Amino acid sequence: MGRYVLRRLLQLIPVFLGTTFLIYALVWAIPQDPFSGKCGQRPCDPSYIAEMSQKLNLNDPLLVQYFKYIGNLLTGNFGTTFNGVSVGEQISISWPITFKLGIIAVIIEAVIGIIAGVLTGLRKQGFLDNLVLVSTLFLISLPVFVTGFVLRLYLGPQGFDIMDTSVGSDPTIGELILPGFVLGSLSMAYVARLTRTSIVENRRSDYVRTAIAKGQPQTRVVGVHLLRNSLIPVITFLGTDLGSLMGGAIVTEGVFNINGIGGLIFRGIQEKEGVMVTGIVTLLVLVYLLASLLVDLLYAVLDPRIRYE
Amino acid sequence: MTQPLLEVEDLHVEFRTHDGVAKVLNGVSYHVSAGETLAVLGESGSGKSVTAQTIMGILDMPPAFITNGSIKFRGEDLLKKSAEERREVRGEGIAMIFQDALSALNPVFTVGFQIEEQLKVRRGMSKADARKRAVELLDQVKIPNAKGRISDYPHQFSGGMRQRAMIAMSLALDPELLIADEPTTALDVTVQAQIMDLLAEIQSERDMGMILITHDLGVVADVADRISVMYAGRIVEHADVYELFRAPGHPYTESLLESLPRLDLKGQELKTIKGLPPSLTNIPPGCPFNPRCPRAFDRCVTEVPTVHNLGMGRTSRCHIAEEVVARG
Amino acid sequence: MSDPGSVSGGTGLEAAAAAGVDQLSHVDDSSQKQRKPRSLWSDAWGELRRKPTFIISLVIILIVVLMAIWPSLFTSVDPRHANLDKSLQKPSAEAWFGYDLQGYDVYARAMYGARASLLVGIFSTILTVLIGSFVGIIAGYAKTWIDSLLSRFADIFAGIPFVLGAIVILTTLNAPNENPGVVRIVTQVVLSIAVLSWPVVMRIMRSATLVAKQQDYVKAARGLGASPMRIVFRHLLPNTIAPVLVYGTIALGAFIGAEATLAFLGIGLRPPVVSWGVMISESRDYFQSAPHMLLFPAGFVTVTVLAFVMLGDAVRDALDPKSR
Repeated sequence: MGRYVLRRLLQLIPVFLGTTFLIYALVWAIPQDPFSGKCGQRPCDPSYIAEMSQKLNLNDPLLVQYFKYIGNLLTGNFGTTFNGVSVGEQISISWPITFKLGIIAVIIEAVIGIIAGVLTGLRKQGFLDNLVLVSTLFLISLPVFVTGFVLRLYLGPQGFDIMDTSVGSDPTIGELILPGFVLGSLSMAYVARLTRTSIVENRRSDYVRTAIAKGQPQTRVVGVHLLRNSLIPVITFLGTDLGSLMGGAIVTEGVFNINGIGGLIFRGIQEKEGVMVTGIVTLLVLVYLLASLLVDLLYAVLDPRIRYE
Repeated sequence: MTQPLLEVEDLHVEFRTHDGVAKVLNGVSYHVSAGETLAVLGESGSGKSVTAQTIMGILDMPPAFITNGSIKFRGEDLLKKSAEERREVRGEGIAMIFQDALSALNPVFTVGFQIEEQLKVRRGMSKADARKRAVELLDQVKIPNAKGRISDYPHQFSGGMRQRAMIAMSLALDPELLIADEPTTALDVTVQAQIMDLLAEIQSERDMGMILITHDLGVVADVADRISVMYAGRIVEHADVYELFRAPGHPYTESLLESLPRLDLKGQELKTIKGLPPSLTNIPPGCPFNPRCPRAFDRCVTEVPTVHNLGMGRTSRCHIAEEVVARG
Repeated sequence: MSDPGSVSGGTGLEAAAAAGVDQLSHVDDSSQKQRKPRSLWSDAWGELRRKPTFIISLVIILIVVLMAIWPSLFTSVDPRHANLDKSLQKPSAEAWFGYDLQGYDVYARAMYGARASLLVGIFSTILTVLIGSFVGIIAGYAKTWIDSLLSRFADIFAGIPFVLGAIVILTTLNAPNENPGVVRIVTQVVLSIAVLSWPVVMRIMRSATLVAKQQDYVKAARGLGASPMRIVFRHLLPNTIAPVLVYGTIALGAFIGAEATLAFLGIGLRPPVVSWGVMISESRDYFQSAPHMLLFPAGFVTVTVLAFVMLGDAVRDALDPKSR
């Protein structure tokens, strides 16, 4: 098992370097003039340009720039923006919010999705089954921002006023529930379908037949034998989803005005703060890759058959 | 004579599907007593597994429907019992082992877990006691290093060892009757022999009744006391094992025996039974074997043969059963 | 090196597109049936014809396509005619979907907007499938080190979360206040989507090719000296098309949704292009006061995406060997 972990980690490194290099090149190498718009309407003072170029290593060849940057990152130095704001500091304020949002989304989508999937998987056909199938289809098709806007409008003060939909600058968990639901809505639908398919497939398997033939109570046959096998693909999906939700949070944060990473990236792009953008995107890529590594390991934990290769 | 442990009487089962109604069992009757082994012999589709599953109550109903018959265990008709009562019989009164242990055992739980589950959930044993008993059971089925292997997963065992583990699991609640559905079909020939020996030993130690479902005549010859031959959902012949081999009482059994390769008849063509078993949605009129029967004549196409009593518990469903027996 | 569960990935909808698609590439060699085996495609078509979801989704798609080709069939109003007096008016008998900020008839714009949205979806899908299939087949068929290289390469692109990657690419290519021409922005959006989505197709194609490669008839063809090109086109491709087809159908829907999302973020199509996404992005700030501005184009996007997802689902079920 240890060798498997090591191998996956080693595979991760070139991919991480490749992806972050791509991002770095896109932000710093492609635009003609990284300094446009930084000093107001007029072009920047040459001495300013010289100073910043030195600081950001812009005179070095691209690869060298990149490695110096990664070197800095690994020591926790995310650099500063053109305005002298510490990127690292900004990230440390916004990141926990987005992370909380992501976790809430995953929990909501897991609970609702799995329950819906299990109920319909056990009992094919019937009203509940069709209801779930249709509504998941619908949720999968709705772009996240539409769901966000609609729910915000109709549940909030302007609509049926069921809840306060505004989110403060340091949001509590309660405030993040609706945005979390919106963020996870698409995946929730997918989780429900995945669970349902998995249960339907496993229901007819030989080991379930054996458990029944052993005279085990139905609750155990379903709750222990069936579920433990059926949930493997679902749980692994949830793991990867956590990684990808971070990236997708941008839209949700936009709709609900949440001060998370998404907002930070947006401002970074609007204001052409390359340092901010590369810093955040690199972090998110790392999170995504680590999440997929963890999922692979999780898979090995959940399914003993793949543990011993 | 003591009452048989299990008595299946005139069992009729249908599968109702979009493509039609398949008459899977058409009047199956057999019985087993404690300490004896009944072999149920037949091709794929003959209904031997379905009968076993109906006895255990693990058929999917629908699309299966039991349209007639009774299954008496210890004198009581299981078909008249509640779902909960039937569940209690499983594992404890009647246990079943299956053909492919790799798919029949749950891949994500250890073998120990799956054995102990029976003891903890159904007998209320403590964890420690259950673990001890489970190791004992693995020992009884001759798995070396039982203590070490109790925490292994099914895929970590070899085919034969896995089958032994499944047998151990089935014995956990000390059942009175064991149904073995093709227990050796997926195994190598040498391992087959070992498993059959193990089953025979266990049976005599516990005075268990055993129903051995198989299509393999070789396995039957070694282990069975009596044989019921099935074809198209019907028992076509019941006999004591020696009698069956000495003088088959039904053309189907005859053909089966003739198709066995023999070492003393070298250089000759292997005999086969021409044709295919009938589709169960469309069973031919008269005797279902008539399209393939070398002895078929006009009555076979029009009349379903009744059960002919050939004396000493032997029966056969053939119009000319007496003739067939005499020939042997 | 096995990658458990790694065929799907990316945004949720794409994961839905790629899921369950693996078994479609398993060759149908069930010779145990006693009746004459018909081809997978004629069986699938027969089953599809009877499914209500298939028919409904097809009807919706045809309507949308019609809207894209002949918007004037659906409305006689000029979508570029702005009447500031009517700014932000709610839906009425005169204008079914009301008016937007600048006084454009929302319904008319929605009809004309179908074209751009649909085109983005179609071109993105075609490009993604082409790139992904090409790389995927090579990875699946060639030697292991080529496969490893290509898979790592795909992983690099797959590691970029879709929205983020699109933001970085599109803002790099255009400064925020620049206003690129129609062709340029459409090309950029299509390219961005394809660049970020091709790894999924690559993995599907690769795994399907790996399965097909093992089949006896492929080995036989190689034994007879068939050239790799011939093997790829005559033997591998037909068996790997099914999963890609299902993915492509659902992805088309997903990409139309992506266009809307990108426009919403301000980095996708923008005026003077009219598309559903553009209409949505213009309505962002006025959502409270004039929800109809956003809801109607969003509704169109949703229904169209729904139609493609339903279609893809129906096709997948029909092609699934397990339901034989």
